[in-house]
Amino acid sequence: MGWIGESIESVKSMKIRDSLFQFITLGMIVSSALIIWKGLMCITGSESPVVVVLSESMEPGFQRGDILFLQMSKDPIRTGEIVVFNIQGRDIPIVHRVIEVHEQRQSGEVRILTKGDNNDVDDRMLYAQGQFWLKQEHIMGRAVGFLPYVGWATIIMTEKPIIKYILIGALGLLVITSKD
Amino acid sequence: MARDSGIWQNSFIFISVDFNFSLRPKIKRQQLQQRQGTKTGKKKKMHSFGYRANALLTFAVTILALMCAIASLSDNLNTPSPSAQIEILNINWFQKQPHGNDEVSLTLNITADLQSLFTWNTKQLFIFVAAEYETPKNALNQVSLWDAIIPAKEFAKFSIHTSNKYRFIDQGHNLRSKEFNLTLHWHVMPKTGKMFANKIVMSGYRLPEDYR
Repeated sequence: MGWIGESIESVKSMKIRDSLFQFITLGMIVSSALIIWKGLMCITGSESPVVVVLSESMEPGFQRGDILFLQMSKDPIRTGEIVVFNIQGRDIPIVHRVIEVHEQRQSGEVRILTKGDNNDVDDRMLYAQGQFWLKQEHIMGRAVGFLPYVGWATIIMTEKPIIKYILIGALGLLVITSKD
Repeated sequence: MARDSGIWQNSFIFISVDFNFSLRPKIKRQQLQQRQGTKTGKKKKMHSFGYRANALLTFAVTILALMCAIASLSDNLNTPSPSAQIEILNINWFQKQPHGNDEVSLTLNITADLQSLFTWNTKQLFIFVAAEYETPKNALNQVSLWDAIIPAKEFAKFSIHTSNKYRFIDQGHNLRSKEFNLTLHWHVMPKTGKMFANKIVMSGYRLPEDYR
């Protein structure tokens, strides 16, 4: 009877140890992913170092589903740069090109006008009521790099959240069955 | 771009990628244990479809990322030698708007040879002509007058007559007999990777002294 008790003890302790180990591994994976994300935010200086193109206003250069890598430095914005900016009252940032820049002598403040490559008119219609120009503080980042098609995963997960749940379920299943 | 939910989607993608990469050493360790003989004695499905698919996917994504990076790096080997000339053929009109801002309309002749900028990794070239000048109030003004997309190398050598596509409006009425530069900018948009931009500055242009 003693050795039954012993073997049960060893199996139980191993089960607890195993599941703890799994839990910690999962926690490490999640934290390392977050570390990479925050690290990217620091290196590039932008709030959102990777964005997905959602509209067709920059075609044929950027199609829906492409990823843009952003960078933000203190250099003043000049014409031609592709910038990502936020408008008050809209929660989705916009990726367009700068077509006009006026830099004030006294304050160093810059006034910016943008336009999407595929649009016919400039973005004044999109700006907030009474706003005719963008300022440097509205700009989240400049696009410096580009990867095609990779953003479709994010678009699909946003538009059909059921796929997100299926993926989480599948990954969770893989975690549980991997040690078993 | 979905910003708030985007952060979660992006974190999720990171987590799943990270997970795939960390699962591989775990599988190797389990295989080692299997050969040494473990205590549980259960038969583990080591060669199941799930593990194979996971390993394959991770490998494929790694190789794809590597290829994209190499493609982007190959763009640095290209040494471009572009040339351009812009001529102002005519000042169509030069007026003061009701709000008090000056506006001018020009006809330009733009000649350029940008063929050397194209590489195998180039999707298109976005070019535009901007007028640069300074005023008492503004240290720098840049106004884009015309732009175009060049989709392939054959179209990169061209000469066109055009009036300005976008309105040349000043902040104020400082444009009379103003000296300005015309710059031809180009943005190389790659198939994957880093984007390049540069410009040619042409100076010596001048607007007329009076409104017409």
